[in-house]
Amino acid sequence: MLKTSLVFVGIALIAILLADLEVSTQYPWLEMSRMVSGAFTPDLPVVWEFKSSLFNTVVFALCGTFLGGILGIGLAAFFQYMPVRLFCAFVRAIHEIFWAFIFLPVVGLNSICGVLAIAIPYAGIFAKVYAEIIQESDQEPLEGIPSKAHRLSRFFYGVLPVIYADTKHYTAYRFECALRSSAILGFIGLPTLGYHLETFFKEGMYSEAAALLITFYLLIASLKYWLKPRLVPVYIVLAFVLLSREISLSWENVTRFFTYEILPWPMRRQGIRDGTYTVSFVVTPIWEWAKEIWLEEAWEGIWKTVVLTQIVLVGTGLFSLFGFPLACRHFTGKVTNRIWHYLLIVVRTTPEYILAYIFLTLWGPSMLPAVWAILLHNGAILAFLSSNNADLVQLRMDAPLKRINRYFYEILPRIYGQFLAFLFYRWEVMMRESAILGVLGIYTLGFYIHSAISDDQIDKAILLILFTAILNMGIDFVSQMVRRRLKISTKLSIS
Amino acid sequence: MKSDTNSPLFYLNQENVSYKDTVVLKNVTLEINQGERVGLIGPSGAGKTTLLRMLYQKVSDQSAFVHQHYALVPQLSAFHNVYIGRLDRNSTLQNLINLVYPREKVRQEIIPILDSLGIEEKSFVRVSALSGGEKQRVAVARAIYRQKSILLADEPVSSVDPHQAGAVLELINQVAETVVMSLHAVELALKYAERIIGLHNGEIQFDLSAEEVTPIMLKELYQKS
Repeated sequence: MLKTSLVFVGIALIAILLADLEVSTQYPWLEMSRMVSGAFTPDLPVVWEFKSSLFNTVVFALCGTFLGGILGIGLAAFFQYMPVRLFCAFVRAIHEIFWAFIFLPVVGLNSICGVLAIAIPYAGIFAKVYAEIIQESDQEPLEGIPSKAHRLSRFFYGVLPVIYADTKHYTAYRFECALRSSAILGFIGLPTLGYHLETFFKEGMYSEAAALLITFYLLIASLKYWLKPRLVPVYIVLAFVLLSREISLSWENVTRFFTYEILPWPMRRQGIRDGTYTVSFVVTPIWEWAKEIWLEEAWEGIWKTVVLTQIVLVGTGLFSLFGFPLACRHFTGKVTNRIWHYLLIVVRTTPEYILAYIFLTLWGPSMLPAVWAILLHNGAILAFLSSNNADLVQLRMDAPLKRINRYFYEILPRIYGQFLAFLFYRWEVMMRESAILGVLGIYTLGFYIHSAISDDQIDKAILLILFTAILNMGIDFVSQMVRRRLKISTKLSIS
Repeated sequence: MKSDTNSPLFYLNQENVSYKDTVVLKNVTLEINQGERVGLIGPSGAGKTTLLRMLYQKVSDQSAFVHQHYALVPQLSAFHNVYIGRLDRNSTLQNLINLVYPREKVRQEIIPILDSLGIEEKSFVRVSALSGGEKQRVAVARAIYRQKSILLADEPVSSVDPHQAGAVLELINQVAETVVMSLHAVELALKYAERIIGLHNGEIQFDLSAEEVTPIMLKELYQKS
């Protein structure tokens, strides 16, 4: 494990040398002080004016999670088949914002776009996790079920009750993630929280931004009070009713998009020139077209994405290794523990996209904002988890008194395996985030995809998204291999 | 020539079962007829469970099985666990409705069974909250509710209080025509089974009527290494 860790640290060091990490704004500290003073003087009444965006954020997240969950259950039932697994890996490899980019020209900037952008990647994630939960569930109850019972009866009596609790917890966690996804979809123009956040940050209206962010934290912190299993069906029905009021879908647009606009430019070129809009299948020009995109944009984008990901991977690890003791009972007192716990929760609750936006405002465009945004978000998740795990360790009576010895000899060896497994588990997530933050102006894949969309070159954007998805699936595969080789698992075993 | 009605329910001819390297059943030849009450005895690891499972696989549609480890769904109530015994007889829709809202008719079928086993008041308690003995009685109730002519039971009273065990076995004998059960309490086997099969290391040591079994045979069966 140590050897593998050091190899990754080495890679990250090389990546740092290759990365552009400079601060390009002239007065970062001045901007910072304005932000801090904004954070301490939140203009809470302003939230009322933007209540509809808050509402949309919740509605999109509800509908997206629900649809994703239903699709996920369906896919999980066939998860033993390779094509289904590949399909799920593919749809979840594409970030919600990229999905929104795809749907934008099809359905327009409306609720359907927002809901689908969440539902589709979530379906892939749900399918995978639900299938894992079923696989690892207690099989003994199934033995008592008559062998001739219908598959559905078998599922509802022998499987569902057994997996219900785990499934419920995971789905609730995913709903929290969906709220984050929904909020940041506002940054590309959908009517959610991010839409106004972007304006406020751009205009330097930090008190207003702070008010919206605080509302968002309260929304998530209050989930356990209003997200009751019995009320969920009511919420979902309401959300869909609200949603259906503003649905306008032109099938003509949809077909045109899928049968014409996404086709590579060379196939449409002749038709556009002579005004007939016919499609011609020309192999060499298509190949040339793809090659050009690969050489001029994709290659550079992939390279930058990988460099950023590798820095962030190790950065996240270091952050959590240094950070978790502060929230762990074996190292600090109760008060410090509590403070750090809540701090980690706040950082973890802030979508990385918003963190990146804040840092971008402070430091100007370079990889630096992206590094810190992804690192803090993931680092907070991992530090929180590690400190919880470390708290479970019962130290023997004669354990070393010196904290540094305790850390290296008692606690770290016990939790390092799971820590590493979880870090590698998040690798793919970090890469997805690295790619997407290109939208904010660093030259990762998201940058090229965003500019292709802005130039109305949908075919190019789709090809680049395809490259992104394949890269992600590749990382997912490598991550699984590393975890298997090191024989580490995200399931905790302290002994 | 034998007529169909007289042919044995089970007929095993020199059957062998092994898992990986260990032989579990050796050369087992056995006939069980309709209406018989068979008790399987022998030290642990003798192959009783394997033999019972083998019998079950041959007649799974016409029989009910009481699992050694109950095989209950811990998250469902005792009532629903008993209902599982007839999942294959009712339509899927009925099954789904029953999960949410049990009809009166079904209640009246199941609750008396739980009553006769002394756990009526636990009918709508989650199985995970029941004691070991109560769980075992739920497992027996499920097998009874299945209403099959053959009942196979693997240690059906191992966790039930000794003073209640007899009543449970009595009930099992009442509801099924043919009963094959493994029991580690030999005195229960001798009392509630008519035919006793002694197993040791996967081999049949003796196969006699309950009256013919002598204390010396039992001593030998359990003391052999």
